[in-house]
Amino acid sequence: MPKKLYIQNGHIVDPSQNLDGPGDILVEDGTIVSVDVSSAKSRTKARPAPGEAHVFDAAGMYVVPGFIDMHVHLREPGFEHKETIETGTKAAVKGGFTSVCCMPNTSPVNDSHVVTGFILNRAAETAVCRVFPIGSITKGQRGEELAEIGCMHDAGCVGFSDDGKTVMNSLIMRRALEYAKAFGSILISHAEDSVLAEDGVMNEGSASAHFGLRGIPAAAEEVIVARDIILAQMTGGKVHIAHVSAKGSVELIRRAKKDGVNITAETCPHYFTLTDMAVAGFNTAARVNPPLRSDEDVAAMKAGLADGTIDAIATDHAPHHRDDKLVEFDKAMSGISGLETALALSLQLVRDGVLTMSQLIAAMSCAPARILGLPLGTLSAGAPADVTVFDPKPCWTVDSQQLISKGRNTPFHGMTVQGLPVMTIVGGNIAYSL
Amino acid sequence: MNLKHLISMRDLSRADIHQILDTASSFKDVLKRDIKKVPALRGKTVVNLFYEPSTRTRTSFEIAEKRLSTDVVNFAVSSSSVTKGESLFDTIKNIEAYGVDFVVVRHASSGVPNFIAEHMDVSVINAGDGMNEHPTQALLDAFTIRDHKGSFEGLEVAIVGDIIHSRVARSDMIGLLMLGSQVRFVGPPTLLPPQPPPGVRMYYSLEEGLTGVDVIIMLRIQMERMNKSFFPTTADYFSHWGLTKERLARARKDAIVMHPGPMNRGIEISSDVADGPQNVILQQVTNGLAVRMSVLYHLSGGEYHA
Repeated sequence: MPKKLYIQNGHIVDPSQNLDGPGDILVEDGTIVSVDVSSAKSRTKARPAPGEAHVFDAAGMYVVPGFIDMHVHLREPGFEHKETIETGTKAAVKGGFTSVCCMPNTSPVNDSHVVTGFILNRAAETAVCRVFPIGSITKGQRGEELAEIGCMHDAGCVGFSDDGKTVMNSLIMRRALEYAKAFGSILISHAEDSVLAEDGVMNEGSASAHFGLRGIPAAAEEVIVARDIILAQMTGGKVHIAHVSAKGSVELIRRAKKDGVNITAETCPHYFTLTDMAVAGFNTAARVNPPLRSDEDVAAMKAGLADGTIDAIATDHAPHHRDDKLVEFDKAMSGISGLETALALSLQLVRDGVLTMSQLIAAMSCAPARILGLPLGTLSAGAPADVTVFDPKPCWTVDSQQLISKGRNTPFHGMTVQGLPVMTIVGGNIAYSL
Repeated sequence: MNLKHLISMRDLSRADIHQILDTASSFKDVLKRDIKKVPALRGKTVVNLFYEPSTRTRTSFEIAEKRLSTDVVNFAVSSSSVTKGESLFDTIKNIEAYGVDFVVVRHASSGVPNFIAEHMDVSVINAGDGMNEHPTQALLDAFTIRDHKGSFEGLEVAIVGDIIHSRVARSDMIGLLMLGSQVRFVGPPTLLPPQPPPGVRMYYSLEEGLTGVDVIIMLRIQMERMNKSFFPTTADYFSHWGLTKERLARARKDAIVMHPGPMNRGIEISSDVADGPQNVILQQVTNGLAVRMSVLYHLSGGEYHA
């Protein structure tokens, strides 16, 4: 097997270098050696001799910096019946992701460097893409005392979050924002006022009134977004709002960015694709937190991505076992298995003219790298060779039983979508190929 | 009417509702006979699966089932494997394996009757799911209204109290709007939906909400709502939304007062109204038997002629 990999004739989109056009890429020893976007004629001349490199012809496909999912749940340690680092990363590369950031709500919680070390060791043994752990902000995610943010940072955590729960105590959140500054670390805010959300199970609105289910108001998200903007402004700390779902949150973040607050945000494919009507028939696959919201909120997610208010698209990949969803709607676990459908759903934004292809690739690769300070999300010479090749054309029907992830919980089951990863290259190795 | 389940009032057409009420009228005559039992559903088995404490609805269903000669099994949750941690899915699969014909289910979670209908081969009757629906209550309310008012067209119906948590209010609203009545919701803003559903007018003032109405449906106020700050005290609630004789005088002279029970006297309704000449509360209870017999009869194919 030649050590060189040559991907030719693809449409290269790399927002980090403002590249958008046909070109070839040469990879060697896990690194990008060169990107050639000169004329077809001159590229033909520069190509390696037969046998010198593994050549992949990407005609009709896009060749882009590997996707980085800054928000997944890999469930290991503790919930290996839902997902493992191995199965989750296999799902990731099938979805075109070369890096994932795993949230700390495992058992035990990733609230110490020991757990961080365990995750990284398991990743070294079993993962097929890069795994970057997110540590918890508070011990046990209980919201009461700070976890060992410094030691976890040293052990490899790239950010901190109590994801799944909100740090409801504003003083603790203030201290965390201040303390994390020492390490340049970002706090990822799961924004939901748990008191205001009470025991709601879906978005509060005409749909919850129609279905007779208890609602969670958009205000439950918005008040915490507003609080965290104020605390970020006050402390100068870095805050990233996870899984933005509400129109009001987008408006608050837009204003905060204008005011120069150190804030970034992500949303997920389900929040710009589905509304709360997806829970029709008490479909527990559509139960997710924050909940799917209204048409207006869906439109606001698109507008927020288009004008850069929302920096990144993350999946919030939350695999669950069948038994966790085959229950009363009230008892069903929240979450969507999202890694394998994310690209096709996001490409719809390009087909609909909401985003340019370059903006989409930025949201799925460059922006997460920038937010987390990772030396990835680029095809520039010398960078690690994390590359995704995808074909935007094939239409396929989502079949939950065909997912690689152990979590078959998807509200997109049966939906016909368009676009498919063809090859996922992690550090120069082909981690997935269609 | 080709109906397998009764889960939501939305399952029914206007014609279906009238047909169920017509059959209920015949069964009401049966209930006045010396021998009150008919063999309409002989050989059929009904399981009453009540996950929430209920005396009235469960008793009403059980009597209705026995009047139709079905075999009745009461699945009492507190003494069952559910308290040992069995999932709903496993419980209903076990019941299905017994080979029963009907499941009458009450559950604190909205959507459980849909879940059972999806995973179990039986006819499902919703006896109240979470804050979603209680269709047999809506049908017996409709029966009682038709009994007194003759028709539904143009009637003004006020539903008063804890609207947002009430499956009775939701099923009544769906049914009455379908039948051509005007529906009003009356209560404190904390217990009303943030926006009125299509076709419904909302009132914070009971005096205004009752003005000129033909029918008043009072809802039970649960004490736990007070503990969660939906209103400050029962006294504060009663002084603004309790149905008194004086407030009742705002309604039409021939207005009827209904209540699904159990009542809280002195909280949502005063005793002089609860026991007064306009109340039809106990008629609702009797009508409930006839309506539930009718529903079971229609779901089983409706071939017997009483």
